[in-house]
Order: sequence, then structure tokens, then C-alpha cells
Amino acid sequence: MNANGESIIEVVDLVRKFGERAVLDDISLSVYRGETLVIMGGSGCGKSTLLRHMIGSMKPTSGSVKIFGEEITTMNEREIASVRRRFGMLFQSGALLASLTVGENVALPLLQHTEKSADEIEEIVKQKLQMVGLTGFENLKPAEISGGMKKRVGLARALALDPELLFSDEPTSGLDPIMTAVVDQLTLKLTHGSHMTAVVVSHDMTSAFRIATRMIMLGRGGIVAQGTPDEIRTSSNPEVHQFINGEADGPVPLNISQEEHDDHPHVRPRPLVAARARFHHKTS
Amino acid sequence: MVFIGVRAAPMVALTAFSVGVTLAMQAAHSLEQLGADMYVPDLVMVTLLREMGPVLIAVIVIGRSGSAVAAELGTMKVSEEIEALEVMAINPIQYLVVPRFLAMLVMLPALTIFGNYIGVFGGWAVCRFALDFNTAGYVLRALQSADTWDLYSGMIKSGVFAWIVITIACNAGLHVEGGAEGVGQSTTASVVQALLAMLVTNAVLTGIFFFSA
Repeated sequence: MNANGESIIEVVDLVRKFGERAVLDDISLSVYRGETLVIMGGSGCGKSTLLRHMIGSMKPTSGSVKIFGEEITTMNEREIASVRRRFGMLFQSGALLASLTVGENVALPLLQHTEKSADEIEEIVKQKLQMVGLTGFENLKPAEISGGMKKRVGLARALALDPELLFSDEPTSGLDPIMTAVVDQLTLKLTHGSHMTAVVVSHDMTSAFRIATRMIMLGRGGIVAQGTPDEIRTSSNPEVHQFINGEADGPVPLNISQEEHDDHPHVRPRPLVAARARFHHKTS
Repeated sequence: MVFIGVRAAPMVALTAFSVGVTLAMQAAHSLEQLGADMYVPDLVMVTLLREMGPVLIAVIVIGRSGSAVAAELGTMKVSEEIEALEVMAINPIQYLVVPRFLAMLVMLPALTIFGNYIGVFGGWAVCRFALDFNTAGYVLRALQSADTWDLYSGMIKSGVFAWIVITIACNAGLHVEGGAEGVGQSTTASVVQALLAMLVTNAVLTGIFFFSA
């Protein structure tokens, strides 16, 4: 692979257990400057968990995560904050602050982390919103715009500080095909033009093949396959083949039993027939 | 600050007025039997400053602002907003909790002073129109009976209540789990806990003031 490039993220032997179940089982990977790494895999395979370890909001059971060469698993909140200033993150739902307007949301990182004047900030906010095709939406509240728009505002906010590294959790889910293409193009432009590095979690295959320079497929806590988009497309691995072509039948297990999925061991199963009664009880 | 303080004022006024009126009537009834109805203003004033003022205003603020803070922070937690702040390297404690904390610490004592005035006014209404007091007599009697310590002890209580209420509310909000249902449960829990903690603390503080004075 890109052995000459400078690695920005290094994950070594990462293990994360919820109860007895290892959601991430001994994962090692590197992300190099300027590349776009797409992490894919079925629902519940640990994609989002892996991402949360990379941004430092979850601590691993064992293993190491280095970002910009700094070990973040042993850092305290203050030290992690200084690393986080250098990357942006786009949440699946956008995660905008509902009490602020769209413009204020995008301005928030600038206000908190830079000494820029109000005029400069306003200019940057306009420019970032224009980038995601939302010119003139500054004064609306998040509740007044659609889910796809929220996501684009979230992207504008993630890019407000011109980060050298961008994390995206499902950047295109819930967007129409045209907006998907716009967001993909934006990612491409940023990674090619500004040498930004992107780590994208996605199961939108069209989008993934469009933006990825390298792909990793996760399954059952481990890395099933990795390589360039071409290598993945022509992979002989049946799981990969099933996933990228979206076939219902194949080696990927459909059902996860309760024992395998015991994230919440304190939750006791209760009979479903009582659900109607519980619901009425609550609403009446 | 505006939400916790200014918009609560009408409600505080109505409550304090009712309490002042009630206190005066009850006091008049009991003291009359002893032939001591000239002490009604004393009783209204001291009870309000020391107990009823701080406690009742805290009850209102718990129901109104404590629950609102818990629900607001809880909703932010559930919708990933808190996590988003953290990932943007913004400390949610500094950004969300500190302003609310300060607002509560300023506004609850301020509302209590405001409520005290209204309560005393309520007492005056009873004394003036139902008993044989004139305005000057009532004010004089009330001011004579209360010393500054009565006011201060009430203010100390109010400050401590503010701290209890906002700590419980923020804590409940930031530890919500499990969607809309979780937000509801946490909000309820925060109100119940804050009420109990406030009332117990009130008893303890009154005890301390009583035995040390």
C-alpha cells in the first residue's frame, strides 16, 4: 500500500469488549496522509465503534490508537481536546445544537477555538455553507430544515476549522442521489486539493467506490478484507462479493443471537404480548 | 438567566402573595386567642424571610427551571449533541453547565428576595383590610421584628438550594440513557431528588442556625 506516506492514524491490536463479546477483536490499521479510507461492513459489525475509538470518545479494552503520532487512549480530556481541534467529525444525524441557528452551529468551532473577528467568522460561515449548497440558510433553526440538510450543515461545521483530517459517519445516508454526488465531490475536492485525509464509515457502495482510495471491510469484529477499490471490486472473498453486490444469500450471517449481542446484559427479555398494554399504560 | 429568573417572576409573585396572605390569616387566628394579634406582622415577616420564602421559591424553581434544565440537557445527550461538542473540543461542562449554574446561583436568591417583598405585601393586605392595622403600623412592626440575620439566613439557604437544584438537574440531564423515555425518567427523578434534597437541607440548615444562634 502507501508505505511511503506519513501515517496519520495508527490503530494497533485494538480490542473492545462489551461484556464478554468482543465487538472489535484485535484490529490493526493505518491511515496515510491524503487518502480517503472507507470503512464498510454490515450493521452492527463495529464500524461506528471503531470510529468512536479513533475520535477518543470510547476507550479500548486493550490496544493503542495514535492520531498525528500521539497516543490518545491514555490521554485525559484536556489532552484529547487539543488533538480534536485538528480534526473534524460529521455525525450520522448531523448532531447540530438545536438551540443555535444553522449559522451559529457552523460558527461554533470558530468562536471557541480561534481569535477571528465577527466579520471574518461570518465570511467563513457563508463560504462553508455555500460549499455544501446551503447559501442563505444561516438564520434557520435545525428543527426547520430536513434531515439531509442537517447532515450538510454538520459537514460545513466539521470543515469550519479547515481540518487536516475528517471523520464521517454515514455521510450520504438519507441524502438524495444528487446530494450524495455533491457531498462525494466535495470530499474528493478536499482530499485531492487540500490534502485532507478522510475516514468515512459507509455502507452506501456507490458513494464508497466513488470517493475511496482504500477500503476496509469489517465483519465479526475483524478486518475481512482491505485494498484499493479495484481490488475490493474484484475480490474473490465471498463475503466481500456478497456485501458490495447487496445479495441476500451468502456467507454473511443474518441472525445474531442474544448471547452474541449482549451489549446490555442487565436487560431482561420480557414478553412482547405485554407491549401493547405497556404502551397504553404510558400514553393514557 | 432570563428563563430561570425573569419569566419565573409572575409565578413567584402569585405564590408569595398567597403565602403572605395565608400566613397573616393563620397568624391572626391563633394570636387573636392569646390577645396578641399585634404580633401578626412579626410572624409573617420572620416566617417568610427564614423559611417560607427560600423553600417555596425553591419549589417553584425546581418544578420550572430544574426540570427544564434536566430535560434540555437530557435531550442534547440523546441526540448526540453533547458528544458532538466533545468531539469539537468544546467542554460540555464549560459550555452548557457553567452558564446554567451561574444563572441559578444568581437568580434563585434574587427571586427569593422578590418573593419576600410580595409575601410581606400579602401580609399587609390582610392586616390593613381585615385587622386593625394601618400601613405605617404594619411596616414599622414588621421591620422591627426582623433583624438582618433573618434575611441573611434565608439568603444562605437560598444559595445552597440553588447549588443543590442545579447540580441535581445537570447531573440528571447529562446521564440520560435510552431515548425519549430516558429523558422523561431523568427529568422526573431530578425533580423528586431536588425536592427531597432541598427540604432535608432546609431542616439541617434551620437546625444549624437554631442551635448556633
